[in-house]
Amino acid sequence: MNFTTRKAIPLVLLLLLGSVFYALFAGYTPDETLNRTASYYASQTVQETGAQNVVTAIIVTYRGLDTLGEVTVLFLTAAIVGLVLAHSKAPKSRSGSGFLPSGELLTTGTRMLVPVILLFGAYVFLNGHLTPGGGFQGGAIVASAILLMLLSDPAQRFSHRLISRIESSAGLTYVIIGLLGMLFAGGFLDNRILPLGSFGSILSAGVIPLIYALIGLKVGAEFSSILTSLEETEDAQ
Amino acid sequence: MSLVQLSLATGFLLILLGLYGALTNRDIIRMIVSFTIADTGVNVVLVAVGYLPGREAPILDTIPVAEAASRITDPVPQALVLTAIVIGLGVTALMLAYAYRLFRARGSLDISEFTELKW
Repeated sequence: MNFTTRKAIPLVLLLLLGSVFYALFAGYTPDETLNRTASYYASQTVQETGAQNVVTAIIVTYRGLDTLGEVTVLFLTAAIVGLVLAHSKAPKSRSGSGFLPSGELLTTGTRMLVPVILLFGAYVFLNGHLTPGGGFQGGAIVASAILLMLLSDPAQRFSHRLISRIESSAGLTYVIIGLLGMLFAGGFLDNRILPLGSFGSILSAGVIPLIYALIGLKVGAEFSSILTSLEETEDAQ
Repeated sequence: MSLVQLSLATGFLLILLGLYGALTNRDIIRMIVSFTIADTGVNVVLVAVGYLPGREAPILDTIPVAEAASRITDPVPQALVLTAIVIGLGVTALMLAYAYRLFRARGSLDISEFTELKW
């Protein structure tokens, strides 16, 4: 295959795909009303789940099984990243030795910001049923604090044992809450095993805040484990 | 051009750009970045499809519950995109880990150095 055809093939493919996109784009008119599924969620969410944020109600309760699958996929990713990188782990004594010191600004900034970031992460996942946000976003924010700590001190080591303990106990509690829903309420992951509370307050919407806190811990632990696996291989030689 | 059309066009362009980058770049890191750009494009398109002109975000703090069905945008695509973002992050992390292993194996990130699967 010569050079010009090699260059032409992607362009032709993209041109075809682009014309498909153009047809979709030109023929698109936004809906005037919600479709049946969406209007069911819009009108029934408050009665059935007590959550202010409809997206949260869909993720945690209506499609809760999918979310369980999603955190499982994340867990698998973290496990595979750890497995793939395990062979090239740096020896403990040498790790991080080749780095320049990270500087006063980053070190002091980290010391100041990490508690605030962790607090903000917890705020985001505890308020998932009231405001935009939730377990996944909060977990990502928590993991960004870990990233900041790793940036300021690359030789720092986090206990893998602690991370995996947090991760697995959060996952186990999540499944147990789901099973309790089968016993005491309408089905797997039904949030009505706790009282729905008064609409709009922090302790409302049944177990949604609890489940989102667990998801936040689990996602934060998984992201942190991915980050530390990636970081610990950095200086392997 | 309305807001929906603008974001749809942006999303489609990002998908095309990402795929173009993934098909033409020889460097594995650049291919991974291209994939994440295409991923972002897909998410933008999905959210744009769920937007209904003149409506508000599906959070019922100021919107009365009785009027919810006529005042909020479609929450389902937003829930889907939340899932897609998280899975996209997992895929990116995996790709980076494999890229690292490939670099350790060959000392290079140029895709044309890896000829085992070529025919």
